[in-house]
Amino acid sequence: MYSRILSGALHGVSAYLVSIEVDIANGLPAFLMVGSLSTEVRESRERVTVALKNVGLNLPPKRITVNLSPADRKKDGTAFDLPIAVGVLEAMGMIPGGGAEETLFLGELGLDGELKKAKGVLPVIQAAAEAGIRQCIVPRSNAREAAVVPGMTVREAGNILDILQYLTAGAEERRHILKVVSVDREGLFGTGEHGRRGQGHPPDFSEVTGQECARRAAEIAAAGFHHLLMVGPPGAGKSMIAKRIPGILPPLTLEESLEVTSVVSVAGLMEEGQALVTQRPFRSPHHTISQAALIGGSVVPRPGMISLAHRGVLFLDELPEFQRVALDALRQPIEDRSVNIARVSGNVTYPSDFMLVCAMNPCPCGYYPDTNRCKCSRTQIGKYMGKVSGPILDRIDLCVELQSVDYSSLKMGKKGESSGDIRRRVERARQVQKQRFQGTAYRFNGDIEAAVIDRYCILGGEEQRCMERLYTSLQLSARAYHRILRVARTIADLDGAEQIRTEHLMEAAFYRPSLEYWGG
Amino acid sequence: MGEREKIYACWLCNFPNAGNAQLHRLTEAFGGPEGVYYAGKEQWGQILTQNQVNSLSVYTEEWPPEAKYREMQEEGIELLTISDRDYPERLRVIPDAPYGLFVRGKLPAEDIPAVAVIGARECSEYGKYVARELGNALGHHGVVVVSGMAKGIDGISQEAALEGGGISLGVLGSGVDVCYPARNRELYGRLMKAGAVLSAYPNGTPALPKNFPPRNRIVSGLADAVVVVEARVRSGTLITVDMALEQGREVYVVPGRVTDRLSDGCNGLIKQGAGVVLSPESFYEELLQLRENKKEDRIRLKRRRRLAEEVSGDRENTPLAKRVQGLSEDLRAVYQALDFSPRTAGEIGQTLSEQYDDRAIISCLMRLCMEELAVQVSPGHFCRRGD
Repeated sequence: MYSRILSGALHGVSAYLVSIEVDIANGLPAFLMVGSLSTEVRESRERVTVALKNVGLNLPPKRITVNLSPADRKKDGTAFDLPIAVGVLEAMGMIPGGGAEETLFLGELGLDGELKKAKGVLPVIQAAAEAGIRQCIVPRSNAREAAVVPGMTVREAGNILDILQYLTAGAEERRHILKVVSVDREGLFGTGEHGRRGQGHPPDFSEVTGQECARRAAEIAAAGFHHLLMVGPPGAGKSMIAKRIPGILPPLTLEESLEVTSVVSVAGLMEEGQALVTQRPFRSPHHTISQAALIGGSVVPRPGMISLAHRGVLFLDELPEFQRVALDALRQPIEDRSVNIARVSGNVTYPSDFMLVCAMNPCPCGYYPDTNRCKCSRTQIGKYMGKVSGPILDRIDLCVELQSVDYSSLKMGKKGESSGDIRRRVERARQVQKQRFQGTAYRFNGDIEAAVIDRYCILGGEEQRCMERLYTSLQLSARAYHRILRVARTIADLDGAEQIRTEHLMEAAFYRPSLEYWGG
Repeated sequence: MGEREKIYACWLCNFPNAGNAQLHRLTEAFGGPEGVYYAGKEQWGQILTQNQVNSLSVYTEEWPPEAKYREMQEEGIELLTISDRDYPERLRVIPDAPYGLFVRGKLPAEDIPAVAVIGARECSEYGKYVARELGNALGHHGVVVVSGMAKGIDGISQEAALEGGGISLGVLGSGVDVCYPARNRELYGRLMKAGAVLSAYPNGTPALPKNFPPRNRIVSGLADAVVVVEARVRSGTLITVDMALEQGREVYVVPGRVTDRLSDGCNGLIKQGAGVVLSPESFYEELLQLRENKKEDRIRLKRRRRLAEEVSGDRENTPLAKRVQGLSEDLRAVYQALDFSPRTAGEIGQTLSEQYDDRAIISCLMRLCMEELAVQVSPGHFCRRGD
């Protein structure tokens, strides 16, 4: 007997439909699996055989052939267990004809027949919905994630037996066997139990005392989508501020949230029962991270840290300690906002539109430029800075120095503004940018390229003269000059000013990242 | 000394493997450099070791004295040996005086007072400021500024002396045709025009660390007095001071704060009884007192002083104070709050009245940087500009 079951496989963060064909024929008893399968998929044979045996369904001593079509695309993951099992059952004649038609199956099987969490459910269900499929059966822990897709009836299952019972039942009974799960998409962004607020309190800027310059730099960076570098002695609060940056970015829109969820889901990092990722991601990899883990890769490509930080913040603490190859590999993803990973097994593109926030000590001992405490020579400081790849620094628009906090300001320091207040200003500035860049490829001031900078950063006569003098007295490079203009545009937007004024230029110049400080 | 002698002196001085004392003994034993040249291997052996004799004979084969001497002359390099009349008188009498001195440029007359200004390479803005003021004043008064042309205090004081219309001598630890540090190439060029660059090392010698301490003895040797602007304890500058004291030079220091590690060396010297520089002018007066016994000096100095005034007459019109006066009120207030030690915007804000918020202060600071009155020494720290 022959059967055909629908399922899906991942390719990058997108997915395509896979039909699982099972044939049971007379001949020497065997269980064959074909269709460009990775080891995990191949092992599915054992899981399916044992799981079915353990729920009391013994496979017939016949020749069973399973084909995953399209057969030329490499498939991996464990989500094919359930569709294969259903296909085998149907081929054995245990499911009345057409019972499993037009339904997509996804899930891993335990040896006892339990259904387990699968990776990349959201992209697969989205692909299925686009292909016109209206019904799916997924493991209980993935059901809410799948239910996010509109127009899809999602049924959650805990055990293969429940599914068998469901498939053999009549239309009337079916409703009572497997529960239909639905999710209120708008509610997820609200204040309900599963809503954005419900997921614990994100860190708030009001918890940071002092560090006015760093707070301001974070605000400017968030408003214009500029990459930020924080320099300061250990314990000054660099990580503390970095962790609060997602909180001052505008909240994720539904569209963005779907993108973020897809990546997280493909990486298998969704929490059980989580429907959507509604908070902006904040990823802070340790500096020993390998290039493949940062960018994405491995034999079968997987999303790296930069893709997990998509639409959020990638925080690189102790920047000079990162491997140079890893940092250098960041260049193209920052520029393109996506990363293309080419392997023998295929060519995959992951999104990587993140805000880069870096932190580092000013010198090996951490006290420069306090010459009384800093014992590092110019050469040592130069060497330390030299470890940071120049091309990465080139992509950073803002640099700010943090001071170590003394007791009095800890005790007396006035509470800073809350993240909410800052976010309102950021949102306003982003609104202005949205109008400015309507119909262009740019979205934020941080994206403006040198070629078109004159179109968006218009200077008056006085401002022009001011920039000229800055250019010579600060010995700026052309790149640094453009950076100041971009940041000044954002500061003007935050001020609600149409024209860039001298004070905006001055503030932008203050935050310019420059290697000269370190004798570079 | 005749030209013939010079040709052979050039041959002898360019030999890298013999010490000063040996060169002295060689010339004395064979009656001048030419005698040494023709004495031959066996005779050299009386004074040099076997290894040195071997390398000298290899060197001699590759060194046609006359052709090489002409080459050197074409490059504008002159050689003075200790027996030359033009050899600096002050240097001749110091212990272990260099046998030969390569000079590029023109040495000043012996009767013009000379001061060595020395200090840390990694100096603070305060050091830069004092070095500049001092160098400028000395140059203005026609005093020769002697230094090592190094980064930091050395180079700044020399540059300032030239800007003040004076002359300066740069003593190198490399060959006189090698500009070290390379970033001071401009200064090197200017020194050849107004002053000289000198070295005791053969042409083409790279800047080796071991060359610098012996170089320092020439710096102090060429001067009447030595001024230390900024020095850490156990620094190369203090080695120069030791040498200066050995040579009987007066040592003056610029005092610093006790909390400033870069001034520890200077303050230590004050404790030991060194002279204190309170201002460039007062130092100049003291310098004249030092040479009081030679009355005609003063007359010459006055003449030179007039000359220098003509050269740099317009400097008086733009003194720092006037520029600061010309600033707007808030810029002036922020400038007054600045110091030569780096401060953050927050620290500056604490000394100002409430009306200045952080953004206003940052804006003022950047304007001051634009006016070249302040420097942003790190992303968050500012100080007054010293040079």
